[in-house]
Amino acid sequence: MANVTTQQVQTEEDRLIQEQGFDDHFHEHHHGDKYQSNFITTYIFSQDHKIIARQFLITGMFWAFIGGLMSLIFRLQLGFPDESLAWLRPLLGKWITVNDAGLGTLAPEFYYALVTMHGTILVFFVLTAGLSGTFSNLLIPLQVGARDMASPFLNMLSYWFFFFAGVVMFFSLFLSTGPFSGGWTAYPPLSALPQASSGSGAGMTLWIVSLVLFVVSVLLGGINYITTILNLRTKGMSLWRMPLTIWAFLITAVIGLLSFPVLASGFFLIMFDRSLGTSFYLSEIFIGGQALDHVGGSPILYQHLFWFLGHPEVYIIILPAMGLVSEVLSVHSRKPIFGYKAMVFSMLAIGFLSFIVWAHHMFMSGVNPFISNFFVIFTLIIAVPSAVKVFNWIATLYGGNVRFTSANLFAIGFVSMFISGGLTGIFLGNSAIDIQLHDTYFVVAHFHIVMGVAAFFGMFAGVYHWFPKMFGRFMNETMGKIHFWLTMIGAYAIFWPMHYLGMAGVPRRYYRFDVFETFRHFTEINKFITIAAMVVFAAQLLLLINFFYSIWKGKKVTTKNPWGASTLEWTTPIHAGHGNWPGKIPAVQRWPYDYGKDGKEFTPQIEPLKEGEHDGGH
Amino acid sequence: MAACASITMMFGAFTSAFLVRQAAGNWLEFALPGIFTLSTVLIVASSITLHGAFIAFKKGAAPLYKGLLIATFALGLAFVVVQYEGWQAMKDLLGLPLGTNPSSDFVYLISMIHAAHVIGGVAALLVALIHAFTLTSGPTPTRKLRLELTLIYWHFVDILWVYLFVFMTLQS
Ligand code: HEM
Ligand SMILES: [Cu+2]
Repeated sequence: MANVTTQQVQTEEDRLIQEQGFDDHFHEHHHGDKYQSNFITTYIFSQDHKIIARQFLITGMFWAFIGGLMSLIFRLQLGFPDESLAWLRPLLGKWITVNDAGLGTLAPEFYYALVTMHGTILVFFVLTAGLSGTFSNLLIPLQVGARDMASPFLNMLSYWFFFFAGVVMFFSLFLSTGPFSGGWTAYPPLSALPQASSGSGAGMTLWIVSLVLFVVSVLLGGINYITTILNLRTKGMSLWRMPLTIWAFLITAVIGLLSFPVLASGFFLIMFDRSLGTSFYLSEIFIGGQALDHVGGSPILYQHLFWFLGHPEVYIIILPAMGLVSEVLSVHSRKPIFGYKAMVFSMLAIGFLSFIVWAHHMFMSGVNPFISNFFVIFTLIIAVPSAVKVFNWIATLYGGNVRFTSANLFAIGFVSMFISGGLTGIFLGNSAIDIQLHDTYFVVAHFHIVMGVAAFFGMFAGVYHWFPKMFGRFMNETMGKIHFWLTMIGAYAIFWPMHYLGMAGVPRRYYRFDVFETFRHFTEINKFITIAAMVVFAAQLLLLINFFYSIWKGKKVTTKNPWGASTLEWTTPIHAGHGNWPGKIPAVQRWPYDYGKDGKEFTPQIEPLKEGEHDGGH
Repeated sequence: MAACASITMMFGAFTSAFLVRQAAGNWLEFALPGIFTLSTVLIVASSITLHGAFIAFKKGAAPLYKGLLIATFALGLAFVVVQYEGWQAMKDLLGLPLGTNPSSDFVYLISMIHAAHVIGGVAALLVALIHAFTLTSGPTPTRKLRLELTLIYWHFVDILWVYLFVFMTLQS
């Protein structure tokens, strides 16, 4: 019986697309053949957005694995500074020095290199490219009703620039002087003077080359996302009928386009200082008793340029996650998203405000306290649209017919993390409190919870939810739920205690703490954090196994729309070919959140409004 | 368009960095070499010729269009060469090689990165030239769009330079 009804739903949808849809004569041109004629054009140099999305995702997963592994190594050092790490020698080689007693120690320079690489990789390669690249590519054409991106070719280039940025960074891991080690923010002088530390030479050169390639990738992608959303929406898809995912990707791309070039400017100045003898960032400096001939530069200038990107960047990371979470929460609560327009306006407000708060990272860098006041106020104002969003997510869940699928659990987990981390942001945003908290583990706790873990949760929600669309199979729900609970509890176990360390003044980026009388009593907490980190890392292996197992062996998707969602991607065939829809492009008749309306569980966007029916978004 | 916004942000960053750094003192005052005025004239002229070429192209006046395109290309190349001469003049005439003082270093930085964008534009012009002499189809919509994009970009780097030139002249 169930089968019969789904069959009917499908034919009903096909009929709607056939009757109302828009015929662009796509299939008469045989694009498909041109793009996907052999293995290489189909899977490697593909111009199909669905394949490019998978490329971004799998590359991102690779980097997440590497970056996560690095954090385990430096957590071992922090949690167990006296244990022998000699067993890591096969992996790390000369970075582990073994003394006569056979005790292996991690080289301090390499500790810094690991921390730096961990930050760079996670922020840029995983949470920017892996998150935004994956889902913007997958969902923009599918959800706005387009055959592909505006420029599939630039889209392909965007992926390959990212890929080569990764190759360069990966290569730098094997330099004999080690990769760059001055922190993911690459402040001068460590970044601007090749002789400043072992990672500042070749390591920094490769770091900056890699990131310039990365900026190019982001810009190419962003231009494409914006043009596609603005120009290629299907008939009836007005802006106020776009799913919140699409709004999020649009705003993210605009922020990226306006902020990444400023980072590039900062990098160009570093390159000049490094190789052309200028002193933009370098003031009078002595190295080894030797005075350098740099005079008059200002390292603070770099901090301004960096954080002008850096703060928008954190929203570049979190906004796509917010979009994914909004969509997943609504679908799995079987309720319309609460306050659709408020969600859009708060994202716009966050996007705008993110450009005028950057100096809250510099309260302790000697900026004028009166200027700090200005930044304090705008920083605290960001809490308002953030709170609006949190309220709306909770209101969406409230009274819903909530399905606790893995996807939805992660979406709910996102909301929890975002609240916890947002609250600590309000502490940090006050410049007076920041005097105590700056550069302590409190900051580490803040941004890992609000950005790191939350963005990962958004990404996981997205992966579990759209996996059926990407691969035509489901991921295993039991494994997904174990993955969720281990990660949720484990992540709090890692980062919650760090707040206490931070309040007690434990500084970040220190190689070991047991040598300080003041911090010695934190030894046990540090052990606990390290063990929790190992558990969480192991839980991610569960995801990896589930992911790859399900690609080939997962339960097959038998209906086009397994979650009963109303958006357009679920009207494409289970295995959509190039061009996404076999016949006409569906036309859109209503907003994307008609769940539980008029006694129907959901109403697809392609279903015409009934006589006198009110369209939700308007 | 979006690309223009990006580049604008980048040079906005440079010029604000310039101002911030200037306010911090230890700033050598000097007058921009006169040769940069020549390059400014060249690039403005090239914008005018390219605009003419675009109009001629739309009207189907092929010889005029090709002539103006060649002129633009030559002016664009000349601009880059004259910028190079400008850097030489800063080094030899003013005695301010790279690395002397942030004030002159900023001029190098800004004009060099700008020149890199112009070279990108010259490459686009080269493609346009090759098309002009090899494609036989008239002003099809695709060709018009392509030329129009080149035109927008070229006007953009032109206006950008005029802005930078005025900015640097006023500041030094
Ligand atoms: C209510 C909202 C928020 C406020 C008021 C806030 C405030 C702050 C402040 C003042 C700092 C600087 C602390 C210091 O270095 O002393 C900071 C650091 C940071 N915040 Fe937030 N934040 C908020 C939300 C977010 C969100 C949503 C994200 C990311 C999605 C984020 C990511 C970060 C990161 C990555 C850092 C540290 C960067 C570093 O030093 O390495 N914050 N936050
Ligand atoms: Cu910030």
